[in-house]
Amino acid sequence: MTNSIQEIKNADTIFIIGSNTSENHPVIAAIMKQAKRAGAKMIVADPRRIEMAEYADVFLQLKPGTNIALLNGLMHVIIEKGLQDENYIKERTENYEELKELVKGYTPERVSEICGVDPEYIIKAAEIYGEAPKAGIYYTMGITQHTTGTHAVMSISNLALLCGNVGVESAGVNPLRGQNNVQGACDMGGLPADLPGYQKVFKPEVLDKFQDSWGSKLSNKVGLTITEMFKAIEEDQVKFLYIMGENPMVSDPDTNHVEHVLDHVDFLVVQDIFLTETASMADVVLPAAAFAEKDGTFTNTERRIQRVRRAVEAPGEAKADWMILMDIMNRMGDETRYSHPARIMAEIVSLTPSYGGVSYKRLEKESLQWPVPNENHPGTKYLHKAAIARGRGLFMPAEHVASAEITNDEYPLILTTGRILYHYHTMTMTGREEGLNKLAPHSYVEINETTANKLGIEDGDMVKLYSRRGEVQTTALVTDIIDDGVVFMPFHYSEGKANILTNSAIDEIAKIPELKVAAVRIEKA
Amino acid sequence: MQVTINGKQYDFDKGTTVLKACSEIGLDIPTLCNDERLVPSGSCRLCQVEIEGWGKLHTACTTQVREGMVIHTHSDRVIKARQDLLDMLISNHPLECLTCEKSGACKLQDYCYEYGITEGTYRWEMSKPYFDDTNPFYTFDARKCILCGLCVRVCDELQGTNAIGFENRGFDTQVATPFGEGLENSTCVSCGNCVSVCPVGALEPKSKKKFRHWETRTVRTTCSYCGVGCQMDLKIKGNEIVEVQPAFDAHNEGLLCVKGKFSYNFLSHPDRLKKPMVRKDGVLVETGWDEALDVITSKMKEVKKEFGSDAFAGLTSARCTNEDNYMFQKLFRSTLGTNNVDHCARL
Ligand code: SF4
Ligand code: SF4
Ligand code: SF4
Repeated sequence: MTNSIQEIKNADTIFIIGSNTSENHPVIAAIMKQAKRAGAKMIVADPRRIEMAEYADVFLQLKPGTNIALLNGLMHVIIEKGLQDENYIKERTENYEELKELVKGYTPERVSEICGVDPEYIIKAAEIYGEAPKAGIYYTMGITQHTTGTHAVMSISNLALLCGNVGVESAGVNPLRGQNNVQGACDMGGLPADLPGYQKVFKPEVLDKFQDSWGSKLSNKVGLTITEMFKAIEEDQVKFLYIMGENPMVSDPDTNHVEHVLDHVDFLVVQDIFLTETASMADVVLPAAAFAEKDGTFTNTERRIQRVRRAVEAPGEAKADWMILMDIMNRMGDETRYSHPARIMAEIVSLTPSYGGVSYKRLEKESLQWPVPNENHPGTKYLHKAAIARGRGLFMPAEHVASAEITNDEYPLILTTGRILYHYHTMTMTGREEGLNKLAPHSYVEINETTANKLGIEDGDMVKLYSRRGEVQTTALVTDIIDDGVVFMPFHYSEGKANILTNSAIDEIAKIPELKVAAVRIEKA
Repeated sequence: MQVTINGKQYDFDKGTTVLKACSEIGLDIPTLCNDERLVPSGSCRLCQVEIEGWGKLHTACTTQVREGMVIHTHSDRVIKARQDLLDMLISNHPLECLTCEKSGACKLQDYCYEYGITEGTYRWEMSKPYFDDTNPFYTFDARKCILCGLCVRVCDELQGTNAIGFENRGFDTQVATPFGEGLENSTCVSCGNCVSVCPVGALEPKSKKKFRHWETRTVRTTCSYCGVGCQMDLKIKGNEIVEVQPAFDAHNEGLLCVKGKFSYNFLSHPDRLKKPMVRKDGVLVETGWDEALDVITSKMKEVKKEFGSDAFAGLTSARCTNEDNYMFQKLFRSTLGTNNVDHCARL
């Protein structure tokens, strides 16, 4: 997030797109509702009439895979009505003319045709966003899990820049991070091209710094992304795969393919707290301590670094992940020992400018939002205050492009997937909670009444879904919150697993798979 | 603004409530319905104080300080009034402190102790018995409810769900779901934010383990589910978490969702991995750390020698700590010599 969670309270307009906030980020949703109560306006754009739509001043129920067209349409109306922030555009952005040219073609009528949204609503939403002094955009995987995901993110940024909403309190461009420490995993260099703090592996000065500190020779070659790893395994390039605390057998698209890859790899190590679907395929399984059994830090969606504290003992011989990794490094010849995660943090801090002022001592008393360059720096509530990070904000106009997979006679319906409130990711944890299982016992597929009626399906029927990659049996939930021709499945369940059906086609830039659009067919089981 | 409280002079900002003023100077005023996040309701009346020249007593939470105000927070008159209120409250309250889960953390119990109330002297009927057991995570016992309204206001003003409200009037007033259909059939999303603020044992989490509040210790930590990263206090008895309370002094401002508040039992689930496992003749068998790590490192050495550094790939975790993640990429980059590190969190 460029901005902070508490800032939502003072936003004039809240624009939620591709985020089922009340189910995936419930406490942020609660704060949004508080803001709405205090007078903020709300726009919601989603293929399903999610709970937040009930609070919206305008709800745009768009077809999956048409975000860019919608965003361009909003910008078209804003410019036509002169609601853009001319001063801001002049002083703080570049490339405005190109954007203006591109969005010209996105009239409400044309956008309406692509997105399946009433042109009136597009105009109203554009007015609400454009007229607000401070408007924040909040989005998640509904934006990114498309082959055009990166372009959709750019379009969001275009819209925010157009109305002067970047570098302003209670506004901004705010991706809500799904898993608790995605932000931290990326900050710490869990990326093939990035050392901690997004310092690039191919920059000699960066490499020198890390080589000096670590006393080892480092590669300057950008590594493989997960999709590329899987391919390299199939091609026998990668022999050894180590998975820590993830369960791609349930979370990743095209499960049959993932299974094939994990089966094929020469040696697989999985480190986790349960014997997950992925762990059960491993050659070695290492028992890890869970969050309440170890010390450390997480970095939340608003870049806030917070302490995690050891409260109870780990079961049996399970150990903290960092300890296991340290033991392996020691056995491999790197003698560095850390007596406590605080020592690891000290090393991180010495190498990562954006974490430069972090210490466990400070974290005892406060939480810190990065960038926090030095000990006396209070941390950063919202980004780009003085100027856009790269000098000026660059408009990056993007055209609407159809999803990788489109419907046809054989697969006439669009399947979209997501999370639900009562489960979390692959259910490794939540699937073991009685209460949650009672509230959300099994997989299901949401089908519009009309679609169901055409197919002779009734609420509660067992149905079969087919895609080009596989088939799945699940329970039909007939509802009017989803449009005719679109169906939705939560991806958490390993029985009736949505990801058997999903498409692993990826966005070429961010390498994110198109989990939000697959073409399917449904039959009564 | 110059104000005299219990004989001493203080200076407060304009707009400060008497209750806030007292708390700023470290004076404890009893209240059962106050919550700084909510619009004050003045419904429990326990915080009433005497203000010279103002006649009747006034509730501190709804009265703002004024220049020259002279306040008495614990005069005989005030204490008598509070005793009377507590007496009324427990006169239709089942005094089951011996078995009540809330005992030790119950404000009603604490105030009765502080003000020396041993029994209710008003001879009226007990609150109507009504017990809602239909939510998987918490129960509602109407007999213990003191109608402070905190749960209703939190669900409405802060959580924005509005699943519960007041039903009936006068003596029959009850907190209930619309049409009395029970929590199970309401719009309740089991966030437990109402449970977190209930000052008595009316809304109680369904704990797997029996515990007394004074047997527990508390550890502040960060929720491990979603990226909001709510702060919370784990209550621990022995080696088990028995309850979770939201942190009020953090960005989540005393709110949690069903996962953070209630979903911690997985930690002590019997399926937890307790020993390393190594595949032998096609099956995973438990072993010690030494053997497991030996198998890994000899394989690492073999692969490195035969195929080079780029034959390794690692998926790090959005679930693990920053320190875990740092160590993971350091193992791959520094020890194994490859940048083949990614995470699964694009999903
Ligand atoms: S709610 Fe409080 S006063 Fe009532 S029985 Fe429980 S502990 Fe005792
Ligand atoms: S659990 Fe949450 S939603 Fe349910 S009644 Fe309480 S505050 Fe409202
Ligand atoms: S309590 Fe709920 S909203 Fe808060 S961090 Fe945990 S999962 Fe997210």
